[in-house]
Amino acid sequence: MVIAIGFEGSANKLGIGIVKDGEVLSNCRRTYITPPGAGFLPRETAQHHRENILEVLKEALDEAKIYVKDIDVVCYTKGPGMGAPLASVAVVARTLAQLWNKPLLGVNHCIGHIEMGRLITGAENPTILYVSGGNTQVIAFSRNRYRIVGETIDIAVGNCLDRFARILKLSNAPSPGYNIEQLAKKGKKLISLPYCVKGMDVSFSGILTYMEERANQLLKDGYTKEDLCFSLQEHVFAMLIETSERALAHCNSKEVLIVGGVGCNERLQEMMDIMCKERDAKLFATDERFCIDNGVMIAHAGAEMFQSGTRMSWEDCTITQRYRTDAVVTTWRRE
Amino acid sequence: MEGFELLQQGAEARLYKGIYLGKPTLVKERFEKKYRHPDLDKHLTKERIKAESRAIIRCKSAGIETPTLYLVDFTKRCVYMEYFEHSITAKEFIKNASKDFIERLSYEIGVVLARMHSNNIIHGDLTTSNILLVNKSGKDDFMTNYSDLKVVLIDFGLAYIESSAEDKGVDLYVLERALVSIHNDPEKIFDLILEAYKSSYKKGHVEVLLKFEEVRARGRKRTMVG
Repeated sequence: MVIAIGFEGSANKLGIGIVKDGEVLSNCRRTYITPPGAGFLPRETAQHHRENILEVLKEALDEAKIYVKDIDVVCYTKGPGMGAPLASVAVVARTLAQLWNKPLLGVNHCIGHIEMGRLITGAENPTILYVSGGNTQVIAFSRNRYRIVGETIDIAVGNCLDRFARILKLSNAPSPGYNIEQLAKKGKKLISLPYCVKGMDVSFSGILTYMEERANQLLKDGYTKEDLCFSLQEHVFAMLIETSERALAHCNSKEVLIVGGVGCNERLQEMMDIMCKERDAKLFATDERFCIDNGVMIAHAGAEMFQSGTRMSWEDCTITQRYRTDAVVTTWRRE
Repeated sequence: MEGFELLQQGAEARLYKGIYLGKPTLVKERFEKKYRHPDLDKHLTKERIKAESRAIIRCKSAGIETPTLYLVDFTKRCVYMEYFEHSITAKEFIKNASKDFIERLSYEIGVVLARMHSNNIIHGDLTTSNILLVNKSGKDDFMTNYSDLKVVLIDFGLAYIESSAEDKGVDLYVLERALVSIHNDPEKIFDLILEAYKSSYKKGHVEVLLKFEEVRARGRKRTMVG
């Protein structure tokens, strides 16, 4: 039996979660929300995490109803992410591991999402679409690594949506993507936007620039904010589904798993589901509790690593802003 | 599709096999993608059929083996083209072929890509599933006599005409990534492809390979050295 506690703070979410052999004991989270028209910056985000982390920790321990002595391993996000927020959370994890005298493991954030998605949905060997504010990847498991089959060659899809929300001055609560989704539901007219797929890869910077330059004119020309949100979603999601479908065909896979913050968008899930049905594949998706960054996913991925014998020396328990999904050898999962 | 038999459903289209004007024919139907908005779907399909047909014709005139185009039907979203009876994909071939054959194939792929790029054709979706080996002597045997085989490029659905080194670099990068995701010894295969590419694309390869390295380094969250 392994009880693991996980600390996540690679972006604007601060999460702490506790799992016991795949059973979620607690999953607590705070989100740093900026005013409309502004994004979150590293320094302020780190400050937010520092101010809240002890309170969230107490909450997570209380909710899980366990004693500190029951914990087997302390896990935290090693990367990828923003430097300052990562560091502020890692410092707490390192301190606690020493205070409690527990082993410490640095977890790859992307692997956390994937393993959590597999745990919650029961997907066995899915092709994975990982979409969030900082990452956009199509992933397949092969030769003991999660290989990146396709990815964005510039900005992440969530970043594109977030920055578009800033143009329209949409609220950042609970998240810009959520507000775009709600407006898009009422959109009617489809505006033709750039569509950029390169083999398995996608690009979103062109479509964002297009919107930045024309959004105001389009609004004057009689299109509504709803139409703009609708058109943007239809285009960027179609690009994601298209590359996922190609990866599915390429890898002969019958399962698709969507993870990451953008993954809780219902229109994206709906489009993916239609594609899967056309190909006799099965879609696995989770809701906002596990799609959006959280501590449980770090705890769960860490527990898997711990059980398969992975240990990290103190010197290796650092943070890194760049940490690719395919840099991790999956000791807990063999072919 | 009367008189035609469904071969497979790819990511892009359904493939049917049959006889058209007395010749074995492959019909590629870019069926409606229900997940896409109908307007977007119509627009993309039309653009891609056009691009595909153009690229095939341009390849033909540059002496690159591709299926011959028979008919384009926009209303039915179909392209009719030559069907190769005795063929396998490079993906299947690499799984079973001897080391020597794989090396010869890798080299040949490099030569073909060089010719394609020197004619400013960008394939847009280079994978080993989109490269066919056809047995010219009409047998279904691909493992005994390499000189019986010819390399044919297929699926120009994302192809376009462009002279920039950047786009050619991305083309190579897409191929490298596709190799890594399914084959066991991707480095060796890709090195041979590049070697052949360099020696047969004398004028342009330096610039393209520089761009290729640049695109590669652009990959997200790569660890930076220095």
